[in-house]
Amino acid sequence: MPVVDLAETTKRDLNAQLHALPADTNATHWTVENSEGQHALAVGLDVPITVEINGHAGYYCAGMNKQATVVVDGNVGVGVAENMLSGKVHVKGDASQSAGATAHGGLLVIDGDASARCGISMKGVDIVVKGSIGAMSAFMAQSGNLVVLGDAGDALGDSIYEARLYVRGTVKSLGADCIEKELRDEHKADLRRLLDAAGLDETVSVADFRRYGSARGLYNFHVDNSSAY
Amino acid sequence: MCGIVGLFLKNSTLEPRFGELLAEMLVVMTGRGPDSAGFAVYGSGENGRIKLTVRGDDLDSIVADLGGDISGFIRDTHLVLTLPERDEQRVRDWLAASRPDLAVTGAGERIELYKEVGLPADVAKRFGLAGMSGTHGIGHTRMATESAVTTAGAHPFSTGTDQCLVHNGSLSNHRSLRRMLEPKGIRFSTDNDSEVAAGYLSWKLQEGATLAEALEASLDDLDGFFTFVVGTESGFAVLRDPVSCKPAVMAETDDYVAFGSEYRALAGLPGIQNARVFEPEPARVYAWERN
Repeated sequence: MPVVDLAETTKRDLNAQLHALPADTNATHWTVENSEGQHALAVGLDVPITVEINGHAGYYCAGMNKQATVVVDGNVGVGVAENMLSGKVHVKGDASQSAGATAHGGLLVIDGDASARCGISMKGVDIVVKGSIGAMSAFMAQSGNLVVLGDAGDALGDSIYEARLYVRGTVKSLGADCIEKELRDEHKADLRRLLDAAGLDETVSVADFRRYGSARGLYNFHVDNSSAY
Repeated sequence: MCGIVGLFLKNSTLEPRFGELLAEMLVVMTGRGPDSAGFAVYGSGENGRIKLTVRGDDLDSIVADLGGDISGFIRDTHLVLTLPERDEQRVRDWLAASRPDLAVTGAGERIELYKEVGLPADVAKRFGLAGMSGTHGIGHTRMATESAVTTAGAHPFSTGTDQCLVHNGSLSNHRSLRRMLEPKGIRFSTDNDSEVAAGYLSWKLQEGATLAEALEASLDDLDGFFTFVVGTESGFAVLRDPVSCKPAVMAETDDYVAFGSEYRALAGLPGIQNARVFEPEPARVYAWERN
Protein backbone atom coordinates (compact mmCIF):
# COMPACT_ATOMS: atom_id res chain seq x y z
CA MET A 1 0.00 0.00 0.00
CA PRO A 2 1.87 3.08 -1.21
CA VAL A 3 2.58 5.94 1.17
CA VAL A 4 3.48 9.25 -0.41
CA ASP A 5 5.17 11.82 1.81
CA LEU A 6 4.69 15.27 0.34
CA ALA A 7 7.62 16.52 2.37
CA GLU A 8 9.72 14.43 -0.04
CA THR A 9 7.58 13.96 -3.15
CA THR A 10 6.07 16.82 -5.10
CA LYS A 11 2.35 17.15 -5.54
CA ARG A 12 2.78 16.81 -9.31
CA ASP A 13 4.59 13.51 -8.82
CA LEU A 14 1.81 12.26 -6.57
CA ASN A 15 -0.88 13.17 -9.10
CA ALA A 16 1.17 11.72 -11.97
CA GLN A 17 1.55 8.41 -10.10
CA LEU A 18 -2.19 8.27 -9.47
CA HIS A 19 -3.01 9.13 -13.08
CA ALA A 20 -0.70 6.40 -14.37
CA LEU A 21 -2.56 3.62 -12.55
CA PRO A 22 -4.29 1.06 -14.80
CA ALA A 23 -7.95 0.28 -14.16
CA ASP A 24 -7.07 -3.11 -12.66
CA THR A 25 -4.30 -1.83 -10.40
CA ASN A 26 -3.50 -3.73 -7.23
CA ALA A 27 -2.34 -0.52 -5.55
CA THR A 28 -5.82 0.26 -4.35
CA HIS A 29 -5.03 2.07 -1.13
CA TRP A 30 -2.81 5.15 -1.01
CA THR A 31 -1.84 7.26 1.94
CA VAL A 32 -0.61 10.84 1.61
CA GLU A 33 1.36 12.42 4.47
CA ASN A 34 2.40 16.03 5.10
CA SER A 35 -0.19 17.57 2.81
CA GLU A 36 0.16 20.94 4.63
CA GLY A 37 -2.71 22.56 2.75
CA GLN A 38 -1.28 22.06 -0.73
CA HIS A 39 -3.65 22.65 -3.62
CA ALA A 40 -4.97 20.24 -6.25
CA LEU A 41 -4.21 17.03 -4.36
CA ALA A 42 -5.60 13.81 -5.85
CA VAL A 43 -7.33 15.59 -8.72
CA GLY A 44 -8.58 13.96 -11.90
CA LEU A 45 -8.53 10.39 -10.61
CA ASP A 46 -10.21 7.75 -12.76
CA VAL A 47 -9.54 4.42 -11.04
CA PRO A 48 -11.38 2.62 -8.22
CA ILE A 49 -8.80 3.27 -5.51
CA THR A 50 -8.85 4.92 -2.09
CA VAL A 51 -6.58 7.86 -1.33
CA GLU A 52 -6.31 8.93 2.30
CA ILE A 53 -4.85 12.36 2.91
CA ASN A 54 -3.64 12.74 6.49
CA GLY A 55 -3.79 16.48 7.04
CA HIS A 56 -5.35 19.60 5.63
CA ALA A 57 -5.70 20.04 1.87
CA GLY A 58 -5.88 23.25 -0.15
CA TYR A 59 -7.95 24.20 -3.17
CA TYR A 60 -9.74 21.80 -5.53
CA CYS A 61 -8.85 18.66 -3.59
CA ALA A 62 -10.23 15.59 -5.44
CA GLY A 63 -11.51 17.80 -8.23
CA MET A 64 -12.95 16.04 -11.29
CA ASN A 65 -12.95 12.78 -9.34
CA LYS A 66 -14.16 9.66 -11.10
CA GLN A 67 -14.49 6.24 -9.42
CA ALA A 68 -11.99 6.93 -6.64
CA THR A 69 -12.62 7.39 -2.93
CA VAL A 70 -10.70 10.30 -1.44
CA VAL A 71 -10.67 10.75 2.33
CA VAL A 72 -9.22 13.89 3.91
CA ASP A 73 -8.41 13.71 7.61
CA GLY A 74 -8.43 17.47 8.00
CA ASN A 75 -9.94 20.59 6.44
CA VAL A 76 -10.09 21.38 2.74
CA GLY A 77 -9.87 24.69 0.88
CA VAL A 78 -12.02 26.10 -1.90
CA GLY A 79 -13.72 23.76 -4.37
CA VAL A 80 -13.32 20.29 -2.88
CA ALA A 81 -14.63 17.65 -5.33
CA GLU A 82 -15.49 20.35 -7.84
CA ASN A 83 -16.89 18.80 -10.98
CA MET A 84 -16.80 15.30 -9.49
CA LEU A 85 -18.32 12.72 -11.84
CA SER A 86 -18.47 9.64 -9.64
CA GLY A 87 -16.84 8.06 -6.61
CA LYS A 88 -16.76 9.42 -3.10
CA VAL A 89 -15.02 12.26 -1.31
CA HIS A 90 -15.09 12.34 2.49
CA VAL A 91 -13.79 15.37 4.40
CA LYS A 92 -13.42 14.73 8.12
CA GLY A 93 -12.97 18.41 8.98
CA ASP A 94 -14.47 21.57 7.51
CA ALA A 95 -14.67 22.59 3.86
CA SER A 96 -14.14 26.08 2.52
CA GLN A 97 -16.21 27.70 -0.21
CA SER A 98 -17.80 26.09 -3.25
CA ALA A 99 -17.61 22.52 -2.01
CA GLY A 100 -18.88 20.17 -4.72
CA ALA A 101 -19.25 22.99 -7.23
CA THR A 102 -20.71 21.87 -10.59
CA ALA A 103 -20.28 18.20 -9.63
CA HIS A 104 -22.22 15.76 -11.82
CA GLY A 105 -22.23 12.66 -9.65
CA GLY A 106 -20.70 10.76 -6.78
CA LEU A 107 -21.04 11.43 -3.06
CA LEU A 108 -19.39 14.25 -1.11
CA VAL A 109 -19.54 13.90 2.68
CA ILE A 110 -18.32 16.69 4.94
CA ASP A 111 -18.21 15.86 8.66
CA GLY A 112 -17.77 19.49 9.73
CA ASP A 113 -19.10 22.71 8.24
CA ALA A 114 -18.98 23.88 4.64
CA SER A 115 -18.72 27.63 4.05
CA ALA A 116 -20.35 29.77 1.36
CA ARG A 117 -21.61 28.49 -1.99
CA CYS A 118 -21.65 24.80 -1.07
CA GLY A 119 -23.09 22.90 -4.03
CA ILE A 120 -23.08 25.90 -6.34
CA SER A 121 -24.34 24.84 -9.77
CA MET A 122 -24.42 21.18 -8.68
CA LYS A 123 -25.44 18.94 -11.54
CA GLY A 124 -26.26 15.57 -9.99
CA VAL A 125 -23.89 15.08 -7.08
CA ASP A 126 -25.10 14.03 -3.64
CA ILE A 127 -23.68 16.18 -0.86
CA VAL A 128 -24.11 15.44 2.84
CA VAL A 129 -22.85 18.06 5.30
CA LYS A 130 -22.98 16.99 8.94
CA GLY A 131 -22.42 20.54 10.18
CA SER A 132 -23.76 23.78 8.72
CA ILE A 133 -23.39 25.46 5.35
CA GLY A 134 -22.65 29.10 4.51
CA ALA A 135 -24.46 31.71 2.47
CA MET A 136 -25.51 31.30 -1.16
CA SER A 137 -25.33 27.53 -1.06
CA ALA A 138 -26.90 25.55 -3.92
CA PHE A 139 -26.90 28.68 -6.08
CA MET A 140 -28.28 27.69 -9.50
CA ALA A 141 -28.22 24.06 -8.39
CA GLN A 142 -29.48 21.95 -11.26
CA SER A 143 -29.86 18.41 -9.96
CA GLY A 144 -28.70 16.12 -7.19
CA ASN A 145 -29.24 16.29 -3.45
CA LEU A 146 -27.82 18.53 -0.73
CA VAL A 147 -28.39 17.27 2.81
CA VAL A 148 -27.47 19.49 5.76
CA LEU A 149 -27.72 18.34 9.36
CA GLY A 150 -26.99 21.80 10.74
CA ASP A 151 -28.11 25.21 9.54
CA ALA A 152 -28.00 26.98 6.17
CA GLY A 153 -26.87 30.60 5.66
CA ASP A 154 -28.46 33.37 3.64
CA ALA A 155 -30.02 32.92 0.21
CA LEU A 156 -30.18 29.15 0.15
CA GLY A 157 -30.95 27.80 -3.30
CA ASP A 158 -31.00 31.11 -5.12
CA SER A 159 -32.18 30.59 -8.72
CA ILE A 160 -32.32 26.85 -8.14
CA TYR A 161 -33.42 24.41 -10.83
CA GLU A 162 -34.21 20.78 -9.93
CA ALA A 163 -31.83 19.94 -7.09
CA ARG A 164 -33.35 18.81 -3.79
CA LEU A 165 -32.24 20.48 -0.59
CA TYR A 166 -32.82 18.88 2.82
CA VAL A 167 -31.97 20.92 5.91
CA ARG A 168 -32.44 19.75 9.50
CA GLY A 169 -31.59 23.05 11.21
CA THR A 170 -32.61 26.59 10.45
CA VAL A 171 -32.39 28.34 7.10
CA LYS A 172 -31.38 31.97 7.50
CA SER A 173 -33.10 32.95 4.28
CA LEU A 174 -34.14 31.44 0.98
CA GLY A 175 -32.83 32.80 -2.31
CA ALA A 176 -34.92 33.87 -5.27
CA ASP A 177 -37.33 31.18 -6.47
CA CYS A 178 -36.42 28.73 -3.70
CA ILE A 179 -39.31 27.56 -1.53
CA GLU A 180 -40.02 25.00 1.13
CA LYS A 181 -41.71 21.92 -0.25
CA GLU A 182 -43.55 18.97 1.22
CA LEU A 183 -41.39 16.10 2.45
CA ARG A 184 -43.23 13.17 0.90
CA ASP A 185 -42.50 9.46 1.41
CA GLU A 186 -40.41 9.26 -1.74
CA HIS A 187 -38.22 12.07 -0.39
CA LYS A 188 -37.95 10.43 2.99
CA ALA A 189 -36.78 7.20 1.35
CA ASP A 190 -34.26 9.07 -0.76
CA LEU A 191 -33.04 11.02 2.24
CA ARG A 192 -32.62 7.79 4.22
CA ARG A 193 -30.53 6.37 1.41
CA LEU A 194 -28.29 9.46 1.47
CA LEU A 195 -27.91 9.43 5.26
CA ASP A 196 -27.03 5.74 5.17
CA ALA A 197 -24.47 6.37 2.46
CA ALA A 198 -22.90 9.03 4.66
CA GLY A 199 -22.67 6.57 7.54
CA LEU A 200 -25.46 8.14 9.60
CA ASP A 201 -27.68 5.71 11.45
CA GLU A 202 -31.30 5.92 12.56
CA THR A 203 -30.45 8.39 15.33
CA VAL A 204 -30.61 10.92 12.53
CA SER A 205 -34.29 10.85 11.66
CA VAL A 206 -35.53 11.82 8.21
CA ALA A 207 -38.64 13.30 9.83
CA ASP A 208 -36.52 16.10 11.33
CA PHE A 209 -35.60 17.51 7.92
CA ARG A 210 -37.39 20.05 5.76
CA ARG A 211 -37.20 20.02 2.01
CA TYR A 212 -36.52 23.03 -0.22
CA GLY A 213 -36.56 23.31 -3.97
CA SER A 214 -37.47 25.42 -6.94
CA ALA A 215 -40.76 27.27 -7.28
CA ARG A 216 -40.00 27.15 -11.02
CA GLY A 217 -41.05 30.75 -11.34
CA LEU A 218 -37.84 31.94 -12.95
CA TYR A 219 -37.51 29.24 -15.59
CA ASN A 220 -38.79 31.49 -18.31
CA PHE A 221 -38.36 35.21 -18.43
CA HIS A 222 -41.39 37.11 -17.30
CA VAL A 223 -41.25 40.85 -16.99
CA ASP A 224 -42.96 40.78 -13.60
CA ASN A 225 -40.03 38.74 -12.28
CA SER A 226 -37.36 41.13 -13.51
CA SER A 227 -36.53 42.36 -10.03
CA ALA A 228 -35.86 38.79 -8.89
CA TYR A 229 -32.99 38.19 -11.30
CA MET B 1 -5.15 37.61 -6.30
CA CYS B 2 -2.75 38.88 -3.58
CA GLY B 3 -1.92 37.09 -0.37
CA ILE B 4 -2.39 38.43 3.11
CA VAL B 5 -1.16 37.15 6.44
CA GLY B 6 -1.36 38.26 10.04
CA LEU B 7 -0.03 37.02 13.33
CA PHE B 8 -1.04 38.11 16.83
CA LEU B 9 0.91 36.55 19.68
CA LYS B 10 -0.73 35.78 22.98
CA ASN B 11 2.34 34.11 24.47
CA SER B 12 5.20 36.58 24.96
CA THR B 13 7.85 33.86 24.83
CA LEU B 14 7.22 33.66 21.07
CA GLU B 15 7.95 37.38 20.57
CA PRO B 16 11.64 36.92 19.71
CA ARG B 17 10.53 34.53 16.93
CA PHE B 18 7.81 36.82 15.59
CA GLY B 19 9.67 37.97 12.47
CA GLU B 20 10.82 34.47 11.61
CA LEU B 21 7.23 33.17 11.77
CA LEU B 22 5.75 36.08 9.80
CA ALA B 23 8.50 35.80 7.18
CA GLU B 24 7.68 32.16 6.54
CA MET B 25 3.98 32.94 6.25
CA LEU B 26 4.72 35.74 3.81
CA VAL B 27 7.03 33.68 1.63
CA VAL B 28 4.50 30.83 1.32
CA MET B 29 2.08 33.39 -0.17
CA THR B 30 4.47 34.21 -3.03
CA GLY B 31 2.25 32.37 -5.52
CA ARG B 32 -0.60 34.74 -4.75
CA GLY B 33 1.55 37.83 -5.08
CA PRO B 34 5.03 37.76 -6.55
CA ASP B 35 5.24 41.45 -7.57
CA SER B 36 5.89 43.12 -4.27
CA ALA B 37 5.56 42.56 -0.57
CA GLY B 38 5.25 44.48 2.63
CA PHE B 39 4.72 44.02 6.31
CA ALA B 40 4.12 45.92 9.53
CA VAL B 41 5.57 44.77 12.82
CA TYR B 42 4.66 46.02 16.30
CA GLY B 43 7.99 45.80 18.06
CA SER B 44 9.56 47.66 20.94
CA GLY B 45 8.57 51.20 21.78
CA GLU B 46 9.16 53.89 24.31
CA ASN B 47 6.47 55.93 25.97
CA GLY B 48 6.50 59.51 24.74
CA ARG B 49 8.56 58.72 21.69
CA ILE B 50 7.33 57.94 18.20
CA LYS B 51 8.81 55.89 15.40
CA LEU B 52 8.53 57.14 11.83
CA THR B 53 9.32 54.68 9.06
CA VAL B 54 10.64 56.60 6.05
CA ARG B 55 11.13 55.05 2.63
CA GLY B 56 13.48 56.18 -0.13
CA ASP B 57 17.12 56.53 -1.18
CA ASP B 58 20.06 58.46 0.33
CA LEU B 59 18.97 58.01 3.91
CA ASP B 60 22.42 58.19 5.55
CA SER B 61 22.53 61.85 6.51
CA ILE B 62 18.92 62.37 7.63
CA VAL B 63 19.39 61.80 11.38
CA ALA B 64 22.28 64.30 11.40
CA ASP B 65 20.39 66.76 9.20
CA LEU B 66 17.38 66.71 11.52
CA GLY B 67 19.44 67.22 14.67
CA GLY B 68 17.93 67.21 18.13
CA ASP B 69 16.92 64.19 20.18
CA ILE B 70 16.45 61.88 17.22
CA SER B 71 17.92 58.46 16.57
CA GLY B 72 17.50 56.19 13.61
CA PHE B 73 18.52 52.98 11.90
CA ILE B 74 18.44 51.97 8.27
CA ARG B 75 17.08 48.72 6.86
CA ASP B 76 17.74 48.68 3.13
CA THR B 77 15.48 51.36 1.58
CA HIS B 78 13.77 52.25 4.85
CA LEU B 79 14.88 54.43 7.74
CA VAL B 80 13.22 54.16 11.14
CA LEU B 81 13.47 57.41 13.08
CA THR B 82 12.73 57.52 16.80
CA LEU B 83 11.88 60.94 18.14
CA PRO B 84 9.97 62.68 20.91
CA GLU B 85 6.25 62.81 20.12
CA ARG B 86 6.27 66.60 20.27
CA ASP B 87 8.77 66.68 17.37
CA GLU B 88 6.62 64.61 14.98
CA GLN B 89 5.11 67.54 13.12
CA ARG B 90 8.46 69.34 12.87
CA VAL B 91 10.09 66.24 11.39
CA ARG B 92 7.21 65.62 8.98
CA ASP B 93 7.36 69.26 7.85
CA TRP B 94 11.13 69.07 7.39
CA LEU B 95 10.84 65.86 5.37
CA ALA B 96 8.12 67.34 3.17
CA ALA B 97 10.14 70.49 2.54
CA SER B 98 13.69 69.15 2.35
CA ARG B 99 13.20 65.59 1.18
CA PRO B 100 10.01 65.40 -0.88
CA ASP B 101 11.44 62.29 -2.54
CA LEU B 102 10.87 60.32 0.67
CA ALA B 103 7.61 58.78 1.87
CA VAL B 104 6.55 58.17 5.47
CA THR B 105 5.11 54.65 5.42
CA GLY B 106 4.16 54.36 9.07
CA ALA B 107 4.17 56.19 12.37
CA GLY B 108 3.52 55.13 15.93
CA GLU B 109 4.97 54.17 19.25
CA ARG B 110 5.71 50.61 18.15
CA ILE B 111 4.87 50.15 14.47
CA GLU B 112 7.51 49.73 11.78
CA LEU B 113 6.26 49.34 8.23
CA TYR B 114 8.31 48.09 5.29
CA LYS B 115 7.33 47.50 1.67
CA GLU B 116 9.23 46.98 -1.53
CA VAL B 117 8.92 45.66 -5.08
CA GLY B 118 10.21 42.13 -5.63
CA LEU B 119 9.64 38.56 -4.56
CA PRO B 120 8.41 38.27 -0.97
CA ALA B 121 11.43 36.17 0.03
CA ASP B 122 13.78 38.87 -1.28
CA VAL B 123 11.80 41.67 0.35
CA ALA B 124 11.75 39.85 3.70
CA LYS B 125 15.49 39.25 3.46
CA ARG B 126 16.39 42.80 2.47
CA PHE B 127 14.65 44.16 5.55
CA GLY B 128 15.79 41.36 7.86
CA LEU B 129 12.24 40.42 8.82
CA ALA B 130 13.27 37.04 10.21
CA GLY B 131 15.37 38.77 12.85
CA MET B 132 12.65 41.09 14.11
CA SER B 133 10.81 40.54 17.34
CA GLY B 134 7.29 41.75 17.91
CA THR B 135 3.88 41.18 19.44
CA HIS B 136 1.77 41.24 16.30
CA GLY B 137 1.89 42.27 12.68
CA ILE B 138 0.50 41.85 9.20
CA GLY B 139 1.90 41.18 5.75
CA HIS B 140 0.90 41.30 2.11
CA THR B 141 2.13 39.81 -1.15
CA ARG B 142 0.88 41.71 -4.16
CA MET B 143 -0.17 40.62 -7.62
CA ALA B 144 -0.95 43.91 -9.30
CA THR B 145 -3.91 43.56 -11.63
CA GLU B 146 -5.16 47.09 -12.23
CA SER B 147 -2.29 49.40 -11.41
CA ALA B 148 1.46 49.52 -11.81
CA VAL B 149 3.93 47.49 -9.79
CA THR B 150 5.31 50.24 -7.58
CA THR B 151 6.45 50.37 -3.99
CA ALA B 152 3.82 53.00 -3.22
CA GLY B 153 1.12 50.59 -4.37
CA ALA B 154 2.36 47.84 -2.08
CA HIS B 155 0.65 47.11 1.24
CA PRO B 156 0.35 47.51 4.22
CA PHE B 157 -1.15 51.00 4.37
CA SER B 158 -1.01 53.14 7.44
CA THR B 159 -3.14 56.24 7.77
CA GLY B 160 -3.10 56.71 11.53
CA THR B 161 -0.77 56.37 14.47
CA ASP B 162 0.12 52.73 15.10
CA GLN B 163 -2.51 51.62 12.59
CA CYS B 164 -2.08 49.44 9.52
CA LEU B 165 -4.19 47.48 7.08
CA VAL B 166 -3.73 44.87 4.38
CA HIS B 167 -6.47 44.25 1.87
CA ASN B 168 -7.28 41.49 -0.57
CA GLY B 169 -9.95 42.63 -2.98
CA SER B 170 -11.05 45.85 -4.60
CA LEU B 171 -13.32 48.70 -3.55
CA SER B 172 -15.68 50.39 -5.95
CA ASN B 173 -16.63 53.50 -3.95
CA HIS B 174 -13.15 54.55 -2.91
CA ARG B 175 -13.27 57.84 -4.81
CA SER B 176 -16.37 59.06 -3.01
CA LEU B 177 -15.05 57.83 0.33
CA ARG B 178 -11.83 59.71 -0.29
CA ARG B 179 -13.79 62.90 -0.98
CA MET B 180 -15.66 62.37 2.28
CA LEU B 181 -12.53 61.64 4.34
CA GLU B 182 -10.08 64.27 3.08
CA PRO B 183 -12.00 67.23 4.54
CA LYS B 184 -11.97 65.38 7.86
CA GLY B 185 -8.19 65.51 7.91
CA ILE B 186 -7.38 61.99 6.74
CA ARG B 187 -4.24 62.17 4.61
CA PHE B 188 -3.65 59.91 1.62
CA SER B 189 -0.37 59.50 -0.17
CA THR B 190 -1.41 57.21 -3.05
CA ASP B 191 -4.38 56.65 -5.36
CA ASN B 192 -4.82 53.14 -4.00
CA ASP B 193 -8.30 51.96 -2.98
CA SER B 194 -6.89 49.99 -0.05
CA GLU B 195 -5.37 53.13 1.42
CA VAL B 196 -8.89 54.59 1.45
CA ALA B 197 -10.10 51.62 3.49
CA ALA B 198 -7.26 52.27 5.95
CA GLY B 199 -8.20 55.95 6.03
CA TYR B 200 -11.84 55.13 6.67
CA LEU B 201 -10.91 53.03 9.71
CA SER B 202 -8.50 55.74 10.94
CA TRP B 203 -11.35 58.24 10.76
CA LYS B 204 -13.70 55.98 12.71
CA LEU B 205 -11.03 55.32 15.36
CA GLN B 206 -10.37 59.05 15.57
CA GLU B 207 -14.08 59.54 16.20
CA GLY B 208 -13.81 57.25 19.21
CA ALA B 209 -14.88 53.90 17.78
CA THR B 210 -13.16 50.72 18.89
CA LEU B 211 -11.41 48.74 16.17
CA ALA B 212 -14.32 46.28 16.11
CA GLU B 213 -16.85 49.12 15.86
CA ALA B 214 -14.88 50.78 13.05
CA LEU B 215 -14.89 47.55 11.08
CA GLU B 216 -18.56 46.99 11.79
CA ALA B 217 -19.32 50.43 10.33
CA SER B 218 -17.24 49.70 7.24
CA LEU B 219 -19.71 46.97 6.28
CA ASP B 220 -22.27 49.70 5.63
CA ASP B 221 -19.99 52.26 4.04
CA LEU B 222 -17.52 50.28 1.94
CA ASP B 223 -18.67 48.87 -1.38
CA GLY B 224 -16.64 46.14 -3.00
CA PHE B 225 -14.74 42.98 -2.29
CA PHE B 226 -12.52 42.81 0.69
CA THR B 227 -10.80 40.71 3.23
CA PHE B 228 -9.04 43.02 5.67
CA VAL B 229 -6.46 42.26 8.30
CA VAL B 230 -5.91 45.26 10.54
CA GLY B 231 -3.47 46.13 13.31
CA THR B 232 -3.45 48.79 15.99
CA GLU B 233 -1.00 49.29 18.87
CA SER B 234 -2.91 46.78 20.97
CA GLY B 235 -5.38 45.21 18.58
CA PHE B 236 -5.66 42.79 15.67
CA ALA B 237 -8.78 42.25 13.60
CA VAL B 238 -10.14 40.51 10.52
CA LEU B 239 -13.17 41.28 8.39
CA ARG B 240 -14.53 39.83 5.15
CA ASP B 241 -17.24 41.40 3.03
CA PRO B 242 -20.70 39.79 2.97
CA VAL B 243 -20.05 37.92 -0.29
CA SER B 244 -16.58 36.78 0.76
CA CYS B 245 -15.07 36.05 -2.63
CA LYS B 246 -11.59 36.47 -1.21
CA PRO B 247 -10.22 33.51 0.69
CA ALA B 248 -9.38 33.48 4.37
CA VAL B 249 -8.42 30.95 6.98
CA MET B 250 -7.53 31.43 10.61
CA ALA B 251 -5.90 29.42 13.36
CA GLU B 252 -6.04 30.03 17.07
CA THR B 253 -4.11 28.41 19.90
CA ASP B 254 -3.30 29.48 23.45
CA ASP B 255 -0.15 31.05 21.99
CA TYR B 256 -1.37 32.98 18.96
CA VAL B 257 -4.03 33.96 16.45
CA ALA B 258 -2.95 33.64 12.84
CA PHE B 259 -4.53 34.64 9.54
CA GLY B 260 -3.66 33.47 6.04
CA SER B 261 -5.23 33.74 2.61
CA GLU B 262 -4.65 30.00 2.45
CA TYR B 263 -3.97 27.35 5.04
CA ARG B 264 -0.54 26.75 3.52
CA ALA B 265 0.62 30.03 5.05
CA LEU B 266 -0.18 28.70 8.51
CA ALA B 267 1.23 25.22 8.07
CA GLY B 268 4.63 26.08 9.55
CA LEU B 269 3.40 27.68 12.76
CA PRO B 270 4.28 25.96 16.04
CA GLY B 271 1.51 23.71 17.34
CA ILE B 272 -0.64 24.19 14.24
CA GLN B 273 -1.63 20.51 14.36
CA ASN B 274 -3.65 21.21 17.48
CA ALA B 275 -4.86 24.69 16.59
CA ARG B 276 -8.51 25.55 16.07
CA VAL B 277 -8.52 26.13 12.33
CA PHE B 278 -11.56 27.94 10.96
CA GLU B 279 -12.78 30.07 8.10
CA PRO B 280 -13.92 33.53 9.22
CA GLU B 281 -17.59 34.03 8.39
CA PRO B 282 -18.75 36.70 5.95
CA ALA B 283 -19.52 40.14 7.41
CA ARG B 284 -18.42 39.16 10.90
CA VAL B 285 -15.78 41.14 12.76
CA TYR B 286 -13.10 39.10 14.50
CA ALA B 287 -11.02 41.18 16.89
CA TRP B 288 -8.43 40.54 19.56
CA GLU B 289 -6.91 42.97 22.05
CA ARG B 290 -3.68 42.66 23.98
CA ASN B 291 -4.10 42.70 27.74
